[in-house]
Amino acid sequence: MTYLDHAATTPVLPEVVAAVSEALSKTGNASSLHTSGRAARRRVEESRETIAESLGARPSEVLFTSGGTESDNLAVAGIFRARRAADPRRRRILAAALEHHAVLDVVENLVTSEGARVTWLEVDDFGRVHADTLAAAIAEDPTDVALVSVMWANNEVGTVNPVRELADVAHAHGIPFHSDAVQALGQLPVDFGRCGADALTVTGHKIGGPTGVGVLLLRREIALVPLVHGGGQERGVRSGTLDVAGIVGLAVAVRDAVGHREERAAMLARLRDQLISAVTNRIPDVVISGDPGQSLVDGGPSRLPGNAHLRFPGCEADALLMLLDARGIECSTGSACNAGVPRPSHVLLAMGLDVRSARGALRFSFGHTSTSADVLAVAEAITPVVERARRAALAGTRRR
Amino acid sequence: MRVLAAMSGGVDSAVAAAMAVDAGHEVTGVHMALSRSPGTLRTGSRGCCTVEDAFDARRVCDLLEIPYYVWDFSNEFAEDVVADFLAEYAAGRTPNPCLRCNENIKFAALLDRAIALGFDAVATGHHVRLRDGVLHRSVDAAKDQSYVLAVLTADQLAHSMFPLGEMTKQQVRADAARRGFAVAAKPDSYDICFIPEGDTHGYLVDKLGARQGSVVDALTGEVLGEHDGFFAYTVGQRKGLHLGRPAPDGRPRYVLGIEPVSGTVIVGPASGLDVTVITADRVVFSGGESPAFPLRTVAQLRAHGGTVRASADLVDECVRLTLDAPIRGVAPGQTVVLYDPGDRFVIGAGTIIRAG
Repeated sequence: MTYLDHAATTPVLPEVVAAVSEALSKTGNASSLHTSGRAARRRVEESRETIAESLGARPSEVLFTSGGTESDNLAVAGIFRARRAADPRRRRILAAALEHHAVLDVVENLVTSEGARVTWLEVDDFGRVHADTLAAAIAEDPTDVALVSVMWANNEVGTVNPVRELADVAHAHGIPFHSDAVQALGQLPVDFGRCGADALTVTGHKIGGPTGVGVLLLRREIALVPLVHGGGQERGVRSGTLDVAGIVGLAVAVRDAVGHREERAAMLARLRDQLISAVTNRIPDVVISGDPGQSLVDGGPSRLPGNAHLRFPGCEADALLMLLDARGIECSTGSACNAGVPRPSHVLLAMGLDVRSARGALRFSFGHTSTSADVLAVAEAITPVVERARRAALAGTRRR
Repeated sequence: MRVLAAMSGGVDSAVAAAMAVDAGHEVTGVHMALSRSPGTLRTGSRGCCTVEDAFDARRVCDLLEIPYYVWDFSNEFAEDVVADFLAEYAAGRTPNPCLRCNENIKFAALLDRAIALGFDAVATGHHVRLRDGVLHRSVDAAKDQSYVLAVLTADQLAHSMFPLGEMTKQQVRADAARRGFAVAAKPDSYDICFIPEGDTHGYLVDKLGARQGSVVDALTGEVLGEHDGFFAYTVGQRKGLHLGRPAPDGRPRYVLGIEPVSGTVIVGPASGLDVTVITADRVVFSGGESPAFPLRTVAQLRAHGGTVRASADLVDECVRLTLDAPIRGVAPGQTVVLYDPGDRFVIGAGTIIRAG
């Protein structure tokens, strides 16, 4: 099987499986006061320290959550509510138009139910938010902004944003800055202290860790209203019994992702470039979306090394996906509705593409288990698959 | 063969897919998304379009260990089925959207795409038998669906599989239960899938606006009242005329005809409903070739019931039927299906343009 959907989820690292299994075999609520409770708490705190050290944060800045979506919701809604409570004028949220739905939808929910206003930050044709765009949006009225949220690297097209520059622009007006770094971790140099963000979203299952556990890195001085109320765990910001085994597994995965980032990023970029040239040689009219990846952003690559986002003119993405799946190659079409129907990607639309051009888009994403055999498999399959998908699309238009 | 099983999420298509797997075919399950905004709860309409139906289809594919995908035909459905349905009502006719869906979506858009993508056939859960390219009625007469498939051409049928034709509905449910399908006891769908709560009148008023007009006596020409939308009326309808006063002879009055341009609904006695001659166009012979006319036939005029013996002739590419006995409530827009004199298999089908 050729698994090229690491941006959706990654195979779990064997050492994570071992660490989680071992932790699961031990009893203890990390909030209990007795011996096994203290032992559980120790495993949590050691994991927190490992994660903090790996990500350039202080242990007290590491808040455990259920994953990327919760971290994004907690940051956006939590900071918005705290800022508005402190100053009722601050109810405008600035966010990139191609954020993940975990940010988009919580923003829209705050607009409909809590009187928030939103300014969607425009992106360029690569999908990047520029500092002057953010500066102009803030300048409309710097006194009414609650927070800014811009993802570190886009999950669909892989374009990297200049997070430090953007954070500086927000900070010049004393505005908190959040970034979703779910895709960035393990592929880009993610350092919480250095990047300037006030809140950073991280999740386990994109880096060989368990699903259902993640982190919100949050500076101590940032006030935040919790989403979940209860036992007051995690500085009172995120109640709920701590998932000790998941947290232990997450720490192993984060340490691995950061420790092996440089050589792995180089390997991923090599495989990605091989894939792009193999496909381009066979399908000359294929189009690559997002940043070409040839420049630097804040000292790192301008595109996620493991991301190849390709558009096949004249094809329907779901036909391509099915035909590749039948040949044992797994990739992604981007977003689908809850019934499973592929929808035109809001990311591609935000980048200025029309619905028609957005239609034949596939994302191949590499990760820690990828090899050149995966590239070969795609190279062998792509010509007949694209030809067949084109015939199928024509069969559809002939009837109309 | 590589078979695409069209899976609505209902029990019939689930068992049909299972039978195709049992027969040794390489089967892929596909659920068609037909609604642009799929409902999330089973309110009113059932049997397709809802997120739960897509989920049910997925769970059956899990058990069969076959691939499962959702294909989006919402644009085709909106244009070829829903728009056609509204246009037909607006023109004073009574369409059957399920039939149009079979003709234009399942065995056209879906089938074409399946063939282009390398499948050999599409399997569905219709209760019908296909023998040597001829559609035969199901062994379960009450569930027979040959009527709604009779509009398919020989070419469409050549790429179709109907694994349930030899089974009764009861056997299908028992088989689904034996296989552990959660849909084994799922209720049958009767409503039109895109009309919420089965409220066709409300749907038409919403989409077409109220089309007021007069209710006129067929015999005297007298205006008996006003109505708030002629598409609420179907030829043969008795209830809901709201005429206030009875006919002079006290006999019930029925809708005899609709004139869409003026919005006039014509009512009269039951005798005015009797039809003995029917003309139908858009004629399809499922065998591919026209049989020798004139011929004797059993004609079916509605999806459920409504059969009558008749003589048929082919005049200017239209079928002209002379019924042995008068029949009531025949409306232009309905499909007439011709069966052999033994009422076992389909000869052809057409759309009624005149009845009198």
